[in-house]
Amino acid sequence: MVNRTELQTGSPTAVSAPRAPRPGVFFERHFGHLMPLPAALCISLLIIFPLAFNLYMSLQTWFVSSATPPRYVGLQNFAEIFGKDARFWNSMWITAEFTVISVLLELVLGLLIAVYLHRDFAGRGIVRTVMLLPMVSTPVAVALIWVIMFNPSLGILNYLLSLVGMKPLLWLGHPRTALPSLIFMDIWKWTPFMVLILHAGLQSLPFTPFEAALIDGASRWQLFRYVTLPLLRPTVAVALIFRTMDSLKTFDTIYVMTEGGPNNATEVLNIYVFETGFKYFHIGYASALAVILIIFVFAVNLLLIRVRERSWSY
Amino acid sequence: MELLRGEGRARPVSKALWTAGYYAGVVAICVPFVFVFFWMAMGALKTQVQNTAYPPLWVFRPTFENFRKVFIANHFWTFIQNSVIVSGGATGVALLLGLPAAHAIARYRQRGVALGILVARMAPHLSYVVPFFILFQKLGWIDTYLCMILSHLVITLPIVVWIMIGAFEDVPLELEEAARIDGCSRWRVFTRISLPVCRTALATAVILSFIFSWNNFIFALILTGPERRTLPVAVFNFITSDEIDWGGLSAAATLITLPILLLILLVQRHIVRGLTAGGLKE
Repeated sequence: MVNRTELQTGSPTAVSAPRAPRPGVFFERHFGHLMPLPAALCISLLIIFPLAFNLYMSLQTWFVSSATPPRYVGLQNFAEIFGKDARFWNSMWITAEFTVISVLLELVLGLLIAVYLHRDFAGRGIVRTVMLLPMVSTPVAVALIWVIMFNPSLGILNYLLSLVGMKPLLWLGHPRTALPSLIFMDIWKWTPFMVLILHAGLQSLPFTPFEAALIDGASRWQLFRYVTLPLLRPTVAVALIFRTMDSLKTFDTIYVMTEGGPNNATEVLNIYVFETGFKYFHIGYASALAVILIIFVFAVNLLLIRVRERSWSY
Repeated sequence: MELLRGEGRARPVSKALWTAGYYAGVVAICVPFVFVFFWMAMGALKTQVQNTAYPPLWVFRPTFENFRKVFIANHFWTFIQNSVIVSGGATGVALLLGLPAAHAIARYRQRGVALGILVARMAPHLSYVVPFFILFQKLGWIDTYLCMILSHLVITLPIVVWIMIGAFEDVPLELEEAARIDGCSRWRVFTRISLPVCRTALATAVILSFIFSWNNFIFALILTGPERRTLPVAVFNFITSDEIDWGGLSAAATLITLPILLLILLVQRHIVRGLTAGGLKE
């Protein structure tokens, strides 16, 4: 009888209760809190330390190369950034332009390709691997290959343009075409991500709504517009959030391909922070920019997540 | 499903044509994505003269001279070794810390930890570079494996935790309860039941974490010197010289890409879930 109640409560501490408490008992009792503790400590260090450092340093003026220690200047860095730093506003604008244009184009292209691939055909595994490659390949490496392809005098892209009778472009070399070229490369690298997510979303859609619409005589376009798209909305929201999150983090490819140039035409906020910190060694100013970057990125992400929770899901 | 395709009543010949047309479309979609890698490999097998020929050469005698040069003149073995140690180390530490955390988040609803991980996932790496650089400089850890592995935790820990939360949540509760009734401690349930059940997700987590650490450029750029430089920075250094060595650059890019390709082939079936872990759950 005793054994049976122990089985029912299912608690091993009940079995070992008569014995002296072992060291494992404490661990067992507080298991739920102890298990995530190392990671929680590590994560808080990794988050809190840089944040605190940036906040503290943003109120100082300090050149890492100089012998003078940091000097407290209050909000002067921020006043300067918002008040008279045209380069900062330029970088904000370019960040917005880069992110909005590339993410939206990737979404549209990704949706088209995902719908096209949404049927049974031989070789799906191969297509999936092909789609995975651009997004998991090393950004620096593929960006350099794009630099070779973008080369105005010898590159393959201008050669392809000449084949269809178009004039060669300067690509990364001209302020007008540099940002579009970077967006072009970003679309190449990240459209597959949209394709894979949306494709997975399409495959998990329930069949009954389609059946009902077909019985009601819906055309293929009506099916897509009024059944597929609304059902796909949560997946689209997730894809948008993930892409925006990563797009705002883009640094490697831009740094490698243009370093923000020519004429700061491709200088996103990330590049500006880096240049301020590691080219001019103006640590206080760079930290103030980093604080703005953090707030900006989190505001955008929270907004997207909120929109998704409010109106984009069911 | 036939109805949806709109070709159920088509005659055999036109159906074959439709299929051929469809496959042509699939190939057309894939070509741009593959081409860049194809061009990378071509560049690696060409001499400098062939690489700078215009119009671009499609047919040529391949040479392996570029690879030889990359290994001998550019010390690529050292950089490969550095990259493997840093990415392997950062992935290993992320597993040690992240697996118990993910299990606790999935089973004991530790929301705060999950939120912290999400914040780390969102934070732009550029907000880390200045603090990390100053900190590690003060500690004298610049250009060591230690500071590289620590900084790469920013990348690997969120990947491991997010993928594994989803996996642990999918383990049937009955399975864990049965083990508990048989007298397993919670720790043993974790190591002997949950982890083995989740081995596919675990493989995905390990591979993705390794790849994204392998790919990282910014931390190595500021935290390493010539000693502990990792592959992305080594590849980048090919364009800082006056004349770009196109063949060497392509060979280096090929070398850094090949391991990724092999790893991806291992888990391509499961990777879509992994890439969007934390997002695609209902």
